Amino acid sequence: MKIAVASGKGGTGKTTVASSLVSVWNAPVIAMDLDVEEPNLHLFLKPEFTGSRIARMEIPEVDQSLCTLCGKCSDLCQFKAISLMGEILMTFPEMCHGCGGCIAICAEKALRPSYRELGEISWGQAGKTDFIMGRLRIGEAMSPPLMREVKKKLNEMQLDAPKDVITDAPPGVSCPAINAVMDSDVIVLVTEPTPFGVYDMKLAHEAFTPMNKPMGVVVNRAGLGNSEIYDYCSAKNLEILAEIPYERSIAEAYASGVIISESSDKMKQLFLELAEKIQQKAGEVRRG
Amino acid sequence: MDKVAVTCEAPSLDAQVDPRFGRAAGFMIVDPETMEFEYIDNGSTQVMAQGAGIQAAENVSRSGAKVLLTGNVGPKAFQGLSGAGIKIGQNLESMTVRQAIEKYKAGNIEFADTSNKEGHWK
Repeated sequence: MKIAVASGKGGTGKTTVASSLVSVWNAPVIAMDLDVEEPNLHLFLKPEFTGSRIARMEIPEVDQSLCTLCGKCSDLCQFKAISLMGEILMTFPEMCHGCGGCIAICAEKALRPSYRELGEISWGQAGKTDFIMGRLRIGEAMSPPLMREVKKKLNEMQLDAPKDVITDAPPGVSCPAINAVMDSDVIVLVTEPTPFGVYDMKLAHEAFTPMNKPMGVVVNRAGLGNSEIYDYCSAKNLEILAEIPYERSIAEAYASGVIISESSDKMKQLFLELAEKIQQKAGEVRRG
Repeated sequence: MDKVAVTCEAPSLDAQVDPRFGRAAGFMIVDPETMEFEYIDNGSTQVMAQGAGIQAAENVSRSGAKVLLTGNVGPKAFQGLSGAGIKIGQNLESMTVRQAIEKYKAGNIEFADTSNKEGHWK
């Protein structure tokens, strides 16, 4: 079972929810931070890292002596990462999405694979939980290629013994957010009852709906703002799975890096119930 | 004399120079001696998410022009144009295509050795 914890708006509590779910989960689980632009799940789970590797993406390198200036690669590339400029074939490495099409189409073998560094993948253990995360290289503009590398490593980890996966997704509704939730069985949308939280959650709900996955909502800082989020969820038949109250004690635990479900019995109970509801949504309750 | 490409907002010698290079509406490819011209539509780059400057540089290089007169050129477009051996005159947006060509013929264009705009991709 794969759970993605996502949101439209940033700062609604994705990491708070993901770390707490991991803490109360009643089956073997891997915690995966796919918010590679600003990973922070490790700050709560405090894993002991046991390995890391640099993730790279294949990009083309031109051998001008073999190039016949036919322009096929240039016409193929939708991102203008390779372009025929008069008598010279130029590459723009940072534009490349790594599809490999230019290398495949070149009959003269004038293009050979080179690499662009995407970032770093690291993994380890947080108690009984396996942990994995990606961290984007500073200056790298695209996160989905690195996210794909993190998922490859996840698949390697799943080879020995398949486990449940709880993913901390990046905020937003564009390619990185879609990439983080597309392989999941259930999407948990974390929001807050403010105009910003409601607006961005609607965007996320709309963006994720075509994937036809079970979705549910966690309202964080409940008690703040207005009732608009409840009206929307009720109109869209979107189940509210949990409400985390707007309380000073929770903010204090969060600010000191404590996992919220471990901060009080009341919170532990709240997240145990949330975990069970999520498992029901996925159609597989894990009794443990 | 080399043909000159000028970014333009419409296919006319009396149209304004389009300040944008990558996402210019089009290019006038002008023979400065006869003032005969050919118009190349560049509208397709306006819908590109990225790479518009590179695509526009490719379009100009394909036209055979060896000089470009325009407003602003980004770093990748500049790199592409330079690679194709095209000389670049920047900051010419407050005049018509005809005026830009006259200025070039009079030898009053200072060719740039660097881009005058930041890229959008970094």
